[in-house]
Amino acid sequence: MRYPEVGDVLRNISFHLQHGEIAFLTGHSGAGKSTLLKLITIMERCSRGHIFLDGQDLTYAKERHIPYLRRKVGFIFQDYKLLQDRTVFDNVALPLVIAGFGHLEVSRRVRAALDKVGLAGKEKKYPVALSGGEQQRVGIARAVVNKPPLIIADEPTGNLDPELSAEIMGLFEKFQQVGVTVLIASHDISLISQLNHRVLKLDHGQLVSSK
Amino acid sequence: MMKPVQKKYYKKPLKPEIRRTKSAGGNFIDKLHAYRDQHAQALFSSLGRLVASPFTSLMTITVLAIAISLASGFYLLVINLQQVAGNLKASDQISLFLRYEISDSFADKFAETIKRNPNVQQVKLISRKEALEEFKTFSGFGSAIDVMESNPLPIVVQVTPKMTLDDKGSFQHLLESFKQAPEVDIAQVDMQWLERLELILEVARRGATLLSGLLGIGVLFIIGNTIRLELHNRRDEVIIAKLVGATNAFIQRPFLYSGFWIGFISGVAAWFIVTGMMLLLWQSVDKLSRLYGGTFHMLFLSFSETLTLLLISSLLGILGAWGVLVYQLRHTKPV
Ligand SMILES: Nc1ncnc2c1ncn2[C@@H]1O[C@H](COP(=O)(O)OP(=O)(O)OP(=O)(O)O)[C@@H](O)[C@H]1O
Ligand SMILES: [Mg+2]
Repeated sequence: MRYPEVGDVLRNISFHLQHGEIAFLTGHSGAGKSTLLKLITIMERCSRGHIFLDGQDLTYAKERHIPYLRRKVGFIFQDYKLLQDRTVFDNVALPLVIAGFGHLEVSRRVRAALDKVGLAGKEKKYPVALSGGEQQRVGIARAVVNKPPLIIADEPTGNLDPELSAEIMGLFEKFQQVGVTVLIASHDISLISQLNHRVLKLDHGQLVSSK
Repeated sequence: MMKPVQKKYYKKPLKPEIRRTKSAGGNFIDKLHAYRDQHAQALFSSLGRLVASPFTSLMTITVLAIAISLASGFYLLVINLQQVAGNLKASDQISLFLRYEISDSFADKFAETIKRNPNVQQVKLISRKEALEEFKTFSGFGSAIDVMESNPLPIVVQVTPKMTLDDKGSFQHLLESFKQAPEVDIAQVDMQWLERLELILEVARRGATLLSGLLGIGVLFIIGNTIRLELHNRRDEVIIAKLVGATNAFIQRPFLYSGFWIGFISGVAAWFIVTGMMLLLWQSVDKLSRLYGGTFHMLFLSFSETLTLLLISSLLGILGAWGVLVYQLRHTKPV
């Protein structure tokens, strides 16, 4: 991956995630974690190499196919990316509305997702009226509401206290048990070491270990 | 070597989606309802956003309404002028001024022969006396004429041909034949004047079309720019929607509806402006018309013309929005 301004940001990276696997992506700040995740959701395009999502080569993905590919991935953003002028409910409902679900189904699923992240009863609130951690959990609910086969999280616990962090990790593990693949970028070493999952380590854009 | 396999995959993305909905209790009808709901939602939310910023909306819509009412005003002007010209055409008469020495009885006979001409619809004989009476009433020289000893006016035969001025060849032919007649002194038709009016009307028609086209382009761009601003204001929303898998069609929908509303409301406002102006003009036009024997009735926008006006302004709204959306969404990262 190359940004024209700064040259290659990622190189020599090769790994494969199994269905229903949880992996952590770690490394120093600026190592290229976010960039790697962005490649998987085609927010950026890679300049060399190939990325396969569910067997499909994203390098060749046509523009009109991208929306459907993105629906297979639940992305949790480092900066939440919530719609400030919409309620929590509408924010979480967005992927379902986009996918064309009927409103009964939408509200059922949204409530279930909010319940899972411990935000039941806050549907009518606006993001500004929530703490950082709560906003982050709204982002998580939105990512999982569509039941995507792959969940990608960029620092999903960055704003959460250890207890909540552990709870969210537990949530991801529950998804894993039903066959969902999870890739989490994090530099919360203590959290990573507590859990026994695969760790991919980036250093200055290179993959240095992938146990 | 992998390409054929990849192609197969690309056609699939929609399928798991549908299957998943089905297993969740949804069916085709639910999908359809959801789709309809999406449209209704976009329709009303875009109207809501217009109402939410009344000042901006009012300014845009006023400008557009003025432009649209100018175009439709020109149109009305032209069709009204055409109507006037049409009424004038109905009196495409040829006046034959007979030689002074021709007697009344001879003139009668001459009129009879003309009446038998297959190209002639109607013949009216105006005797010397009648001509004088008419002259007295309309010229204002009544008393001056009274002192005259003899009647200086010739007998006039007014001929209404079957063909109109448009049929130039045969009309000219008829006129020539009258001129040849020994009884006729002067055969006169106000053809040149009518032709000139016809030309002026043609110019007005073309001018109105050109101006309407120009104003339409203006409307298109104003709406495009309005939508561009709205898109800019809601950029975050667009990007987030894209990132959670929204198609361009989904993202465009509310903006297209915005364009529709702006165009439609401007069209309605333009209708009121035009009709109001016509009502203001009506009284004076009516007075003028009565002076000319009430032959002219002012034409307002008819029902179908009103529909056309609303249709065109709505279409311009949608089109203006669409052009901007296609361009802007292609340049909004991420793709
Ligand atoms: N849009 C961009 N344009 C140019 N360079 C970029 C862009 N985004 C990121 N970079 C560069 O790419 C490198 C990797 O950035 P990235 O955001 O992937 O780091 P990170 O590992 O996620 O860091 P952090 O832990 O702080 O989130 C950085 O050096 C950064 O300067
Ligand atoms: Mg990052």
